[in-house]
Amino acid sequence: MLTYIARRILLSIPVLIAMSFLVFLLVSLSGDPLASLKMNPRIKESTIREIEVRKHLDKPVIVQYGYWVKEFVTNKFGTTLLSDDPIAPDLTRVLGNTLQLVVGAEILAVLLAVGIGIYSAVKQYSVFDYTATTFSFVGFSTPVFWLALILQILVTNLYVSTGFRLFYTSGLNSATPGNFWLDRIQHLMLPMIVLSVAGIAQYSRYMRASMLEVVHSDYIRTARAKGLSERRVIMRHAFRNALIPLTTVVALDFGALFGGAIVTEFIFSLDGMGQYFINALQVRDVYPIMAWLMLTGGMIILFNLIADVAYGFLDPRVRYE
Amino acid sequence: MSSAGATQHGAPLPEAPLGHDPTDDVLLQGLQFKARSQWALARRRFFRHRLAMGSLVILLLIFIAALLAPHLTSYKYDELDLANTGVGPTFAGRHFFGTDQLGRDYFTRVLYGIQTTGRVAFLVAAVSTAIGTLIGALAGYYGRWVDNLLMRFTDLILTLPALVVLLTLSALIGEGSPVKIAFILAFLFWTYLARIVRGTFLSLKEKEYVEAARALGASDRRIMFRHLLPNSLGPIIVNATLTIATAILVEAFLSFLGFGIRPPTPALGALISAGQGSMLDLWWLVTFPGITIVVICMCVNFVGDGLRDALDPTQQRASG
Amino acid sequence: MAEPVLSLKDLQVDFHTEDGVVHAVNGVSFDLYPGETLGVVGESGSGKSVTVMAMLGLIPQPPGRILSGEAQFGGRDILKVKDDELRTIRGREIAMIFQDPMTSLNPVFTIGFQLGEAIKVHHKEMGDDQIVERVVQLLRMVGVPNAEDRVDQYPHEFSGGMRQRAMIAMAMANDPAILIADEPTTALDVTIQAQILQVLNKAQAETNAATILITHDLGLIAEMADRVIVMYAGRVVESGDIQTVFHEPRHPYTVGLLDSLPRLEADEKWLRPIPGQPPSLINIPPGCPFHPRCFLREGREVCRTDIPPLRPAGSADQKSACHFAEELKGHRSKFADVAAEGPAS
Repeated sequence: MLTYIARRILLSIPVLIAMSFLVFLLVSLSGDPLASLKMNPRIKESTIREIEVRKHLDKPVIVQYGYWVKEFVTNKFGTTLLSDDPIAPDLTRVLGNTLQLVVGAEILAVLLAVGIGIYSAVKQYSVFDYTATTFSFVGFSTPVFWLALILQILVTNLYVSTGFRLFYTSGLNSATPGNFWLDRIQHLMLPMIVLSVAGIAQYSRYMRASMLEVVHSDYIRTARAKGLSERRVIMRHAFRNALIPLTTVVALDFGALFGGAIVTEFIFSLDGMGQYFINALQVRDVYPIMAWLMLTGGMIILFNLIADVAYGFLDPRVRYE
Repeated sequence: MSSAGATQHGAPLPEAPLGHDPTDDVLLQGLQFKARSQWALARRRFFRHRLAMGSLVILLLIFIAALLAPHLTSYKYDELDLANTGVGPTFAGRHFFGTDQLGRDYFTRVLYGIQTTGRVAFLVAAVSTAIGTLIGALAGYYGRWVDNLLMRFTDLILTLPALVVLLTLSALIGEGSPVKIAFILAFLFWTYLARIVRGTFLSLKEKEYVEAARALGASDRRIMFRHLLPNSLGPIIVNATLTIATAILVEAFLSFLGFGIRPPTPALGALISAGQGSMLDLWWLVTFPGITIVVICMCVNFVGDGLRDALDPTQQRASG
Repeated sequence: MAEPVLSLKDLQVDFHTEDGVVHAVNGVSFDLYPGETLGVVGESGSGKSVTVMAMLGLIPQPPGRILSGEAQFGGRDILKVKDDELRTIRGREIAMIFQDPMTSLNPVFTIGFQLGEAIKVHHKEMGDDQIVERVVQLLRMVGVPNAEDRVDQYPHEFSGGMRQRAMIAMAMANDPAILIADEPTTALDVTIQAQILQVLNKAQAETNAATILITHDLGLIAEMADRVIVMYAGRVVESGDIQTVFHEPRHPYTVGLLDSLPRLEADEKWLRPIPGQPPSLINIPPGCPFHPRCFLREGREVCRTDIPPLRPAGSADQKSACHFAEELKGHRSKFADVAAEGPAS
């Protein structure tokens, strides 16, 4: 098991390196990050020259990449290209905020989806099942950003017409929060709902499908023939098996969530990973983009590994050598 | 699972009347999938077939309306009317979706937006299907180093952080042009199909009828297009359909963030983005383009699901 | 004869499918007496498995529907009792062994857990230590070596034969009054089959349970059963003492079944299969369901119009559902001269 994990980690290093190189190339070639500075008459020629020298922009891209690797490794993610600010503290802050959002949304999505999926499968072709199916189709077909806007309109109008502040529609906290965490939850609730809709739609279909497969298997018939209660048959024998594929999917998605929810954070003005990435992309600052990428890519790879390990843990037939 | 049923007797029975009893198994397990009460049966038929058919009709109506936009409305999509700014949805005033801050008729703008969005989506589906089919077919048919090369390439595209590539490429070479955006999306969307087609080709190319065709001197190209491709058509069509829905959503997302199609070309995502600033007063500016996207995508998804039922019974889409 | 331990009367089961209503079981009746082994034999879709599944409430409803029937067991009709009560019967008083041991055990729980669970659910008063002890004892009884180690293993660590032993152990766990074995050896290798039959015999002796053995394998029936019922298209077409039925069948279908079996010691040039196919259970032919394949039907309208009832024919308790069973009087199967072990070669 340990050798398996070690080997997987070792194998993932070249993937990360290749990915970092490709993206570095892509971003570097996408345009001159100093273009807007150069057009600004108030920025001195010497300042621009200073940045060019500091980040070796006058060298070929491959050399620039080498310098980036050096800075990334020796100086905790390095500093931004334009203002030479250290990246690590910013990244830590936005990661913390993003995690509160996405972990909450993911837990919400998984709990609801598992419940819906099981019930849909047990009551296959019931009115509940069809309703759930319809909702998941609506969920697949709804643009996340649009849902966010509609919820903002609804909640704001509720506040305007009744004066009742249920949720906030932007930011992480009020300027003077009464209770910090209650205030934080009121801020994060809407984005969490928005983010979880797609997850509920997808996971509930997934859970339903694997549950359906399991409840028709021979060993479920055996469990019934033993005289177990239907509840135990479903919640113990079927559930335990049906959970295996879902666990893998959720673990994989979880890794990607570290990248933040770009559009949701953008609309709700949340200071998270996605927003951080978009801001860096807009000014074409390759250093924070690369920092974001390495963190996200690393997390995706880590959770890929966790997904596999969890699979082996849940399914005794799987063994790693 | 099954056995010859004659093992006790030393020799397998010709036309053994007492084989292993598959029907009993079916009755006990399989029928739970296939069989249900009369009411459930009717519901299922409605759901599976009428829904897909109904969705198809709605889709056709929407797209025909979009194409006939110049004849359906008396407004131009960029026609300003400063006397009628911020008018809510009204039948009497013939502004079904209201007007924006500059008095432009939003129904007209949505119709033209559907045109753009639809064109992009179809282009994405066509291009990604073509790439995916070609790469999958070549890899599956020729195998060996061709397969290795093409599949490693596919893996590379798959491992790229899609969002980064999408946003960077759109910002870099998209230039707000629908065609360019469509090609960028297609470049990222073909990988799944390539794997499916490769799989079918791999399994089919060893079949007897392919051997027979080869023995008769059919060319590789003829075998691929005449014998193998038709067998992969089901998954290809289903995948192309579902790609349309995905493309619409991703294009809307890009355009909303300003990385996709940019004004003055009307696109649904851009329309929502434009309405966002005053959405608390002029709620219709955000609501109607969004509902249009939801309706189109849902119809496409239902059609895709119906097609899957009809064409591709082996495939189970976990997500749909 | 003693009182039957289980008495099934006129069971009818339908399945509603997309293609139509499948009439899986059409008025099956039989009695099961204490200590005996009743063989149920029939080909694909004859309704033999559905019959016992329906009695135990193991067919899903819908699509399945029990139209009529009565199953007297322990002074009550188990087709009518509430689910909760039926659960106390299942696994405790009536236990089942299924066909495919590879798929009949839950892959994510240990053998010990699954056996222990079968005990615990009916014996809430037993402590965990007692249960483990009993599980090990059961596994030993069915011939699982190193039982005390293997209780902690998962099904995939067991071979097919060992898994079927574990299934038998599970069925024996609560000393049931009735054991139902549904094709218990079909999925196994020939060499393993014989071992499993031994274990099954032992389980029967140990629990003293009346046994229903469902199989398509006439050899197995001849070896194990005391009485046999032959099913066709969801009906019992012949029943009786094993010797009588095998030697002097009184239904054309049974005649056909026996004729289609090879006998190694006889110099046979051809096996004689029954012509035609089993009927679709959605459109069962009118009249006698077997008439399209029957050698007695020639020019006889009644075969096409009237369903023959199961009535006494031939000796002792033998019954046949054929209008012309009398014509088979004196017919002796090619196994008539074989000694008690029947047609198994």
